[in-house]
Amino acid sequence: MMTSPRLSSSPLSSASPVAGLPLLCLQNVGKTYFTSAGSFVALENVNLEVAAGEFVCIIGHSGCGKSTLINMVAGFSTPTSGSITLKGQPITSPGPDRMMVFQHYSLLPWLTAFENVYLVVDQVYPNKSRREKREIVQEHLELVGLAEAAHKRPKQLSGGMKQRVAIARALAIRPEVLLLDEPFGALDAITKEELQDELLAIWRDHRCTVLMITHDIDEALYLSDRVVMMTNGPAAHIGEILTIPFERPRIRSRIMEMPEFYELRNRALDFLYRRFAHRED
Amino acid sequence: MRILHSALKMGYHLFRILLPLLVDLGHWLLKIGQGSVLQSSTGIGSSVSSAPSSAWRQRVQIHKALRRVLLPATAILIVLILWQIMYSRPGANLPTPLQVWQDTWDPLIKDPFFDYGGNAKGLFWQIWASLRRVFIGFALAGLVGVMGGMIIGVNRWLYEALDPIFQVLRTVPPLAWLPISLAAFRDANPSAIFVIFITALWPILINTVAGVQRIPQDYRNVARIVRMSGWKYFFKIVFPATVPYIFTGLRIGVGLSWLAIVAAEMLIGGVGIGFFIWDAWNSSRISEIILALIYVGMVGLLLDRITAWIGSLVVAEDH
Repeated sequence: MMTSPRLSSSPLSSASPVAGLPLLCLQNVGKTYFTSAGSFVALENVNLEVAAGEFVCIIGHSGCGKSTLINMVAGFSTPTSGSITLKGQPITSPGPDRMMVFQHYSLLPWLTAFENVYLVVDQVYPNKSRREKREIVQEHLELVGLAEAAHKRPKQLSGGMKQRVAIARALAIRPEVLLLDEPFGALDAITKEELQDELLAIWRDHRCTVLMITHDIDEALYLSDRVVMMTNGPAAHIGEILTIPFERPRIRSRIMEMPEFYELRNRALDFLYRRFAHRED
Repeated sequence: MRILHSALKMGYHLFRILLPLLVDLGHWLLKIGQGSVLQSSTGIGSSVSSAPSSAWRQRVQIHKALRRVLLPATAILIVLILWQIMYSRPGANLPTPLQVWQDTWDPLIKDPFFDYGGNAKGLFWQIWASLRRVFIGFALAGLVGVMGGMIIGVNRWLYEALDPIFQVLRTVPPLAWLPISLAAFRDANPSAIFVIFITALWPILINTVAGVQRIPQDYRNVARIVRMSGWKYFFKIVFPATVPYIFTGLRIGVGLSWLAIVAAEMLIGGVGIGFFIWDAWNSSRISEIILALIYVGMVGLLLDRITAWIGSLVVAEDH
């Protein structure tokens, strides 16, 4: 009875992605850390609107506050100025509507892949029957191609497989926004490309909204609708937003041949390595 | 000095002669086990060349296993020989190994289970009495240590208030607790158990606290996103994440308990291996002391290994 998950696409947002109202809205967001050595302004005046179904990447040098930004969207910390709203509701604490995929997977080592996903499904859907919950887990492990490895513990899985479990876990609870914090940063180049393609396929079928942090320009250009480029900290803000016009579904080899790809790439490189080059200090 | 030198040399030669012989013997026995001894009798060279890697690996494995047994056995043998030589002269303070064997064979070694009433019991019963005290004290320490450690680990204020006290108390030697526990309990047996309890408590408690405090931020973040809290958070995340630390504490605790019980029993008397040693000293039965020490060491090793083994079953590999 298991229908292929790729075919049973969710009706989460059937409307065309960009036409919708902004799902996630950041207005004049700032974050200042108060330490004994004085205050440190990490972010200042960040304004961003993410539409439902949109795929947005944030890139910038390390220390530019992009992790601070995604942590505030997740609700792990609160902005010191401005506001972040999801569907018009201000974000005050973490919640399952903003599930995060972490760079270091953050799977629980004493649970199998199945149990790791089941743990959050069980928590988020307390009213569903045991069978329904198990089906959800199974379906999402199949979605990332890990049905065979369901009984394995993280120790027995490769980095790529661990991140697949983490993605399955994130998608299984149907978040409004999927937050990806440098999800492929710790993977080798080939695994990284495989997972990028899988993520795109899942995103296309699920039509979920994605906010992803990366420092890989090619990854950002290949995956996203818009690339948000951050200036360097302190007091980092959004320097420039690139709109990526490539049609979907995207095919890596074809995109790599397009002259526009290199134009965009050069603009991003120019931004990151000339206008906002990382100061050696 | 010359005796020492010649004994060492003798042991070394013995080892060198015996090792290859035993390797060959083991190899041959293994072949018989596999029913291939006929085949190899036609020519060892041919059988080796047909499957060089597996035959070689077998040889290496036997060699390793034998080394693990033979090296310590040789060391023990040399120590015993030296001991025998050094204490054979008349009027020596300590008995020789052979003397120990003769003195203790009947009834101590031969029958560990005899029971003539009172303290006149076989070594099994002496050790059993000590183990019972250790088990009770250690179980209580495990219970209190793990539960207390969990509570203190999740509560920052409690931790900051109590940690300095623990750091002071954990340095108090086990026997220093005995007089005060005798004063409190007014009975030997509960006092000994209390000494075990208080000795094993600190490593278990402190390790549990450390485990709770070192739960990776990522695990907490996942729990926060799905809004898992209270008992569910405790049982699904905090406790499993802390188990490896708990077992580190338990293993240290069981070792210290065994160290403490022998000393405590010397003072409290009654049945138990500690008082058995003290009693033997008072009656100048030095051979019995030596035998008891060997038993104490082996039981201590066993306790440590059992705890480690249980830990390896419970703890997920990648902790």
